[in-house]
Amino acid sequence: MEIGISHYLTVSAILFTLGIFGIFLNRKNIIVILMSVELILLAVNINMVAFSAFLNDLTGQVFALFILTVAAAEAAIGLAILVVFYRNRGSIAVEDVNMMKG
Amino acid sequence: MGLQTLFFYLFAFIAVASAFMVVSARNPVYSVLFLILTFFNAAGLFLLTGAEFLAMILLVVYIGAVAVLFLFVVMMLDVDFAQMRAGFLEYAPVGALVGLILAAELIIVVAGSVFSPTIAKNVPMPIPAVTQRTNTAALGDVIYTHYIYFFQIAGLVLLVAMIGAIVLTLRHRQHIKRQNISQQVGRTPETAVQVVKVRPGQGV
Repeated sequence: MEIGISHYLTVSAILFTLGIFGIFLNRKNIIVILMSVELILLAVNINMVAFSAFLNDLTGQVFALFILTVAAAEAAIGLAILVVFYRNRGSIAVEDVNMMKG
Repeated sequence: MGLQTLFFYLFAFIAVASAFMVVSARNPVYSVLFLILTFFNAAGLFLLTGAEFLAMILLVVYIGAVAVLFLFVVMMLDVDFAQMRAGFLEYAPVGALVGLILAAELIIVVAGSVFSPTIAKNVPMPIPAVTQRTNTAALGDVIYTHYIYFFQIAGLVLLVAMIGAIVLTLRHRQHIKRQNISQQVGRTPETAVQVVKVRPGQGV
């Protein structure tokens, strides 16, 4: 059986869903929530690369490169905010995060 | 069943299984390690589609930098993760329901659709044959010409992220002796040296 674009799209759909499921499951642990966001972005990247390969268009790979850039920046900023929050509060519970406002 | 099919199912199965372990592992350190395994297999999938440069970038940037950053933060923070897992299964049925519906919808849409063969004929930037131009060179041809502004903006995004992370986490501690170079350089003999006349036998 030849591997077509729908195989790749199915894998990426399952990865995307697992990322959503992870946000629901670990709603107290913000580190695992960040990892779930990374999973979702990875699923998007697999989509981009699969379409790029099967439609023979290089634009998808360029976009995947930019998505990787933004995801790396997002992870760095998110983890920095997490470290500062832990330093101030002594915990990383998501429920306490609304103390930051005001 | 060809070798490519075999490797596709191998990479896809391990990626999905380790992604499930990421969200359900008991210890966040294991979560990060399974995340690394997921990225590794996704890089394998990228290789199968012919996107070699992105596969290597995924290995170097994602596993080498982002996942290790996660690992550092998880190990640096002294958090009671067991207490954090209280009520872990409380939202699991809702999450599973939402996830199943979403996955079913996505798979029905993507597996049922067929792409017109004429789309691939007139794309704006066709991938050159691998015998003429390698994937990395082809990407470079496009990025540094058509997408140069986007490339520069991506660099700026990374710069802003770097400065932001440093500004956020840099801590200026009070009550610590620091070297003040301008003060040291600005010292003159008049302000630094005091000449005292000592009379014999009396001391200062």
